[in-house]
Amino acid sequence: MKLNAHNFKENAAKALKDEDLQASLAKLGTGFPLKRLAAAARLPEFEALRDQARDIKDHTLRHLDFYLEKFECKVQETGGHVHWARDIEDGRKIVYDICESVGAKTVTKGKSMIGEEMAINEYLEEKGLIPVETDLGEYIIQLRNEPPSHIIAPAIHLRKSHVEEAFRKTHTELPPERNLDEPEDLLKEARAMLRKKFIAADVGITGANFMIAETGSTVIVTNEGNGDLTQTLPRVHIVLCSIEKMVPNLEDCATLLRVLARSATGQEQSVYTTFSTGPKQMDDPDGPDQFHVVILDNGRSRMLGHDTHDMLRCIRCSACINHCPVYQSVGGHAYGSIYPGPMGSVLTPAIYGLEQSCDLPNASTMCGKCEEVCPVRIPIPQMLRSWREKQWEDGPVPILQRLAMSVWAFWAVRPKAYHFGAKIKMRLLGLLGRKNGHFKSLLFSKAWTKSRDFPAPEGKTFQQLWSEKGGRRS
Amino acid sequence: MSSRDYILGRVRWSLGRGAFERDSCQQLEARLNTPQSNLIPKRGQGDAKAQLSLFVKMATEVNATVSRLKALENVPKAVAKYLKEQELDATVRLADHPELQKLDWSKLDASTGFSTGDDLVGVVMAYAGAAETGSLALRSGADSPTTLNFLPDYHIVVLKAADLVGDYEAVYARLRRESNKTDFMPRTLSWVTGPSRTADIEQTLLLGAHGPRKLHILVIEDNGEAS
Ligand code: SF4
Repeated sequence: MKLNAHNFKENAAKALKDEDLQASLAKLGTGFPLKRLAAAARLPEFEALRDQARDIKDHTLRHLDFYLEKFECKVQETGGHVHWARDIEDGRKIVYDICESVGAKTVTKGKSMIGEEMAINEYLEEKGLIPVETDLGEYIIQLRNEPPSHIIAPAIHLRKSHVEEAFRKTHTELPPERNLDEPEDLLKEARAMLRKKFIAADVGITGANFMIAETGSTVIVTNEGNGDLTQTLPRVHIVLCSIEKMVPNLEDCATLLRVLARSATGQEQSVYTTFSTGPKQMDDPDGPDQFHVVILDNGRSRMLGHDTHDMLRCIRCSACINHCPVYQSVGGHAYGSIYPGPMGSVLTPAIYGLEQSCDLPNASTMCGKCEEVCPVRIPIPQMLRSWREKQWEDGPVPILQRLAMSVWAFWAVRPKAYHFGAKIKMRLLGLLGRKNGHFKSLLFSKAWTKSRDFPAPEGKTFQQLWSEKGGRRS
Repeated sequence: MSSRDYILGRVRWSLGRGAFERDSCQQLEARLNTPQSNLIPKRGQGDAKAQLSLFVKMATEVNATVSRLKALENVPKAVAKYLKEQELDATVRLADHPELQKLDWSKLDASTGFSTGDDLVGVVMAYAGAAETGSLALRSGADSPTTLNFLPDYHIVVLKAADLVGDYEAVYARLRRESNKTDFMPRTLSWVTGPSRTADIEQTLLLGAHGPRKLHILVIEDNGEAS
């Protein structure tokens, strides 16, 4: 998809007024997080597994060149092909060339964030191919011609009436009087329509949650089974992945799988975890004749060894997104990037550049929930902070904001004067706001009070309260 | 410069070093070639009996149904009974697996081979089961077509209790042990935990997305060794 991360503030304001979106988000806020909590509580080793998951990814990233080469070697030994793509253009071309070499007309696609990053559907369409998304959520948004709003639940922003509308518009060969009231009816229709596509497709494209250096396998994790049909029925299976999806052994993958589904949906395990190794083997009755792995870099190698290095541990579970109060308020499209939420606010500037996405590092309350739930313990707030610092150094910060910060900094290094001033200000605000308990508007704070009230202080500063309590928390 | 060299060069440059020296390569090779298990949850580490009841509990929790049978010979009868309960015709597509083929299917309309999408019921043998999450390991091969695991609406899987282990790692160890090649992986190894599902429409859980709507597991407690 095209990056549209300039307009976070405008998009967010719109999202807050979108009732359908708000209803979906309210459900999300309680759904996944509670399930995750229950799954974590049920596995006593969960925290220790998170430590190991982090260490495995760290080790792999530190030796990434070694493992990439081993993986390549193993894929070739087992009869597959590896293609290296330094950027999106490169990747798209590789995929198209493979399709062309087998005279492909239709292509089925399992869910792949790398595919989204490459905007591979648009590209293949331009070239005259017919790509069909097969994950139910992806299929729905493909019909509606919009980008995903969540990395594992791409259509989470939609109500069933939207889905019905899209199906009626597209499946015109079906009787118009048919009943599509219930989610079950919609699923049944999608299943039947997509069955035909699976069987007719010449090429199947999937993503990969992991690549295993030891065996040259790629791994997909799904609940629907669409990924498996996508990679089993056509003659050619193309896997889209990026360099950081690597793990050394099957055992390392097992550890990561133990934290992935639990963190994502709170499932003990996703329904289908499938390891694909090479094309179909000699006696196999089914499976593809060709197996291609496209490994995309697109700026990731630059992140290694630098401020956002740790972000490459990400296993795309979406826990940070599900728990983020900002995402829960505005949804995924407001971010204008295919990677929304906290992980996206770190990753998008790293891939596309900070100028392209300058609002994103600021689209956070710094509450720290993301780091708390991240299965590979990525210090997301710390990295957001480093993006903000970089923004400050490099200049894309408005002059007024700079001025305000300098004034604040001037006082902050003079603690006595600062405390004195703060005391007076708090007392004043406390007195003024006593009646309502909040301010509807406040000098210099229009941006804040435009969409919410400013709570009136009690009349004392934090430091005063803190010393009165002798530094105790309660 | 090829993209391959560009990417690998870039990785090394960012990590602040050149290609690996021989010594560190040997260490990495050793880690890769002698895989060690990481932490394995205690949950699946009971005796065979505990593993079986954990497996049944976990599989049932994710909407699979499980029948425990005394002997492999009882499979056709159990399949017929299940189909009757589901109000289906007694028609099945069997994997070309020796253990399934030696059974008496005469009471059913049984054919053998992979699926092209016209089969309502598929019957396959599991390679293994992992008690920890009630998951089945299904591997592709002449005796086990992958299409039979994903195309039919009803997925019936026969699992011998002897092939049930506590955790995923035990299955990987077995795959390595049983193969004399370094390429021990089948084309497709699928862990299956319950029937297919989606929550993509308003976060409502619905079973039977693209894969099977139902998963029925027949656990054979006698392995044909006793009696
Ligand atoms: S950053 Fe962590 S929590 Fe967020 S998607 Fe990645 S692995 Fe999951």
